[in-house]
Amino acid sequence: MAESQRDAESQRDQIFDPDLRWRLHPQVAVRPEPFGALLYHFGTRKLSFLKNRTIVELVNSLADYPDARSACRAAGIDESSQAPYFHAMGVLAKSTMLVLEETP
Amino acid sequence: MTTAMTAEAIAAERISTSPVPRLVDQFEHGLDAPICLTWELTYACNLSCVHCLSSSGKRDPRELTTQQCKDIIDELERMQVFYVNIGGGEPTVRPDFWELVDYATAHHVGVKFSTNGVRINGEVAARLAASDYVDVQISLDGATAEVNDAVRGPGSFAMATRALENLKDAGFSDAKISVVATRHNVDQLDDFKALADGYGATLRITRLRPSGRGADVWDELHPTPAQQVVLYDWLVVNGERVLTGDSFFHLSGLGEPGALAGLNLCGAGRVVCLIDPVGDVYACPFAIHDTFLAGNVLSDSNFGTGFQNVWQNSALFRELREPQSAGACGSCGHYDSCRGGCMAAKFFTGLPLDGPDPECVQGYGEPALARERDKPKSSVDHSRTPNRKTPSGPIPLPLLSAPPKKFCNESPV
Repeated sequence: MAESQRDAESQRDQIFDPDLRWRLHPQVAVRPEPFGALLYHFGTRKLSFLKNRTIVELVNSLADYPDARSACRAAGIDESSQAPYFHAMGVLAKSTMLVLEETP
Repeated sequence: MTTAMTAEAIAAERISTSPVPRLVDQFEHGLDAPICLTWELTYACNLSCVHCLSSSGKRDPRELTTQQCKDIIDELERMQVFYVNIGGGEPTVRPDFWELVDYATAHHVGVKFSTNGVRINGEVAARLAASDYVDVQISLDGATAEVNDAVRGPGSFAMATRALENLKDAGFSDAKISVVATRHNVDQLDDFKALADGYGATLRITRLRPSGRGADVWDELHPTPAQQVVLYDWLVVNGERVLTGDSFFHLSGLGEPGALAGLNLCGAGRVVCLIDPVGDVYACPFAIHDTFLAGNVLSDSNFGTGFQNVWQNSALFRELREPQSAGACGSCGHYDSCRGGCMAAKFFTGLPLDGPDPECVQGYGEPALARERDKPKSSVDHSRTPNRKTPSGPIPLPLLSAPPKKFCNESPV
């Protein structure tokens, strides 16, 4: 069980490339909450949770940066602590809360 | 005390299972705004289902005007309430129903509405198919006309399946078929699933509450203890493909924690609530009674008018967000799973709120029900039929352009 969960998680990680232009899906609303934020996707009707303020700031700022890695850096997340944030964004990408911006 | 959550309450049926430790704790303290809420637009109904949790039938002359409804939607938009579950009565008989649906979706408030299907003709189905932000739930309480119509009234099965047919033909994807589990339909679960599959629909199964007219028939209609186990096992197996609106958290103790899909907790007054047709705000849709009335969106109960004030400041909601006592359930090893069950189910069966649920899976409900108890009557009743336990056939409802001056002076609602 634990093994397969880890496998599933690592697969999810693989779909998230931090060097690409990720954006919040245009149909996603972010509602600030004391614990972080609630995310609701009006297209898929899915609800999700952001568990701390840093990830909220990061997700909201993605549009201002050419790739997720530089957004992380700007949010004050140093290289050694980026992994959980990439993982979290991978989970959000999996449910299309985050999408790749089409290159013009 | 915990309360039954609304059917859609909390959207747990859609909740992401991302690893969020103790989010339940966050929710128990309440949020600044509900995630979603139930909004009953009218007490008028063409049917007279024996278990109607809002005792609907006749339209109430005090029902909110179109403008008052739009003001509420504006407020929900500001509060970022993601969606509303619209019900009734039969909400589609309000002449401004579609106007309000369009207004809500244009203002970033998604709409799910429950209907018996009376107005879902081909034209309406096509219109619904063109919208991205509206979900439709057709109520059906039997997989056969025989079982369904005994509860919902003659002709109601045909009405519901015609609506599903129309939605399918119009290309509306993923309609929901909403089933209240009763003693007479628990053995039809696979048939419901097949029926839903046939219409390309998703099945949604919720708990029978002894609320409204449901109080009259609950003793005869609620599933037996053996059927609860059948229901639980079926839900565990069919898990993710069937919605439950989190309504079966009282069964959590039948298996491993987390075996039931969704976030199983009562959200009454914490993450969900009910706005009724006259603007009264209750803790949850199964608790239409003065005891659970938090305030009214139109009147000032010393904390200002409007929905946000009621949500954030009402004494009742503040109390519900405080830690609740386990009472007689404190020594039970399953308390962490079921949290004592559903507040509304206890209240309307006349059981103490800090004791076991009437359908407690450990069997503590039955002796409690056998003792003498005083069942509170719902303080709000809009029933049309003199005999509340006999559903009449569908009646034609005119589209009223204005509310009637008083009860009953405009036939038939």
